[in-house]
Amino acid sequence: MIGDIWTIMWKEWKEWLFRWGGLRKEGGLLGVLIFVGVFGVFMPLQMGRAWVDSPVALSYFVWLPFFVVSTVIADSFAGERERHTLETLLASRLPDRAILLGKVGAAVGYSWGLTMMSMILGLISVNLVHGHGTLLLYPATAAWGSAALSLLVSILAANAGVLVSLRSHTVKQAQQLLSLGFLLLVFVPLFGAKALPREWTGKLLAAVATAGPTKVLLVAGALLLGLDLAFLVTVLARFKRSRLLLD
Amino acid sequence: MSDIAIRTEDLTRNFSSLCAVDGLSLEVPAGTIFGFLGPNGAGKTTTIRLLLGLLEPTRGRAEVLGLDTRTQAEAIRERTGALLEHHGLYERLSAEDNLEFYGRIWHLPAGERRTRIQDLLTHLGLWERRKETVGSWSRGMKQKLAVARALLPRPQLIFLDEPTAGLDPVAAASLREDLAALATREGVTVFLTTHNLAEAEKLCGQVAVIRQGKLLAVGHPDQLRSKGSAPKVEIVGRGFNEETLARLRSRPEVAEADLRNGHLQIELRGDTDVAPLVRLLVNAGVQVEEVHKGKASLEEVFLTLMKEEKE
Repeated sequence: MIGDIWTIMWKEWKEWLFRWGGLRKEGGLLGVLIFVGVFGVFMPLQMGRAWVDSPVALSYFVWLPFFVVSTVIADSFAGERERHTLETLLASRLPDRAILLGKVGAAVGYSWGLTMMSMILGLISVNLVHGHGTLLLYPATAAWGSAALSLLVSILAANAGVLVSLRSHTVKQAQQLLSLGFLLLVFVPLFGAKALPREWTGKLLAAVATAGPTKVLLVAGALLLGLDLAFLVTVLARFKRSRLLLD
Repeated sequence: MSDIAIRTEDLTRNFSSLCAVDGLSLEVPAGTIFGFLGPNGAGKTTTIRLLLGLLEPTRGRAEVLGLDTRTQAEAIRERTGALLEHHGLYERLSAEDNLEFYGRIWHLPAGERRTRIQDLLTHLGLWERRKETVGSWSRGMKQKLAVARALLPRPQLIFLDEPTAGLDPVAAASLREDLAALATREGVTVFLTTHNLAEAEKLCGQVAVIRQGKLLAVGHPDQLRSKGSAPKVEIVGRGFNEETLARLRSRPEVAEADLRNGHLQIELRGDTDVAPLVRLLVNAGVQVEEVHKGKASLEEVFLTLMKEEKE
């Protein structure tokens, strides 16, 4: 089973990174270089030491996976369906779960890998230009918290993406649905919080302030983990070979 | 291994009000190239999907290599290869990577994978171009690569869904040759769907004809030809006229006589002697140059079956 999951991940990464022969045409590898260049070099150099000290900079690494995953996950089933490769894959000896977990694993590995690469490169860039002989490091809690939350967000986005991709005829349709879902995920809590009575928001902010960053990260992590598990169970239940042949 | 590779009993699949496969009962002998013929929308692709366990039957059952399609579909897919309606190749990847991926899926060890890929691609004349992305290839080359992919894990049975559809005559003939050679070399059972009757006639040891999900006939192409239509005679010559045609038509052994493109086409009742008919023509002043006697082609049998079913 692990070998089968790895085989799917190998194929997905190869398609995303080396499509059309590396840097030519669409250039999956070129996209990776641009992403890492922006979030691992350009932005850290713009922000200077604040890139390491400010929680705002680290919060980038929590939400970035959403966007990375959404660019590749729609391709997982809807893309294979659109390019007529899905049925042949389903006619192979691979078990259902290996196909599904391989696709989710590939998207998670890709987005989390890119995010972590950017995080590390950002630290190196800031040290090289703004370190002036002292070693600058992310605060330990924030670094581990960002890395963990980033992973959980990647898993959530990948599961949601697969769920949408399972029933979409085209990549475009899957991407539109995913974008809509992500917008709701951002704007509903944002406007929802504003709609709450001031007294409640005051209490909430006070509770966050008194709890400290470790507790806040743990609560956020637990919430995300719960959501991840709920989505994973739904995706596993909905993944049926016979349902995937839509034509 | 059993002598029967595929056995279906009353296999039926409905989609809402449409019955795509209707009570199909069939046996495919192991080690043969079995042609599954039918016009577009006859239910050929649905049958393959049912046999691979990608769809569940509404009624009836099917066994592939002795395994039940409802309960042992994974084991069936492990022992079979498939080239479905679309070639299913990853066009962003190279030919070698496409085969590498499916070789890994079938757990072929790395060394064996390399040897097998080289062997198949060399046999199909694609080895030199293995590093190219498949997207840049012609349709014929893609179909050949898809055949290689289907044969890669040395399956006992392969499903080929209209493998030469959309190919130019040269590419189609080349693929047919490769298919026949590979099937013989690998000793694999081939379940081939097609609406190209010449192809079925050339490749298949047995054929079944299906229309609107129903099985109309099954047997060796020769058997079908002799069963499906009366022997025919084509006479090339000069001096045919309505009077000689009328005299021919009045003979008890002649079912039909017509002039087509200046050639006289006679359909006989049973396997009768042609000499008296030729004598009749010569006596009537016809200059006979050539006489061809033969059975109906598979295409004629097919068209007759389609016509009968419609009526």
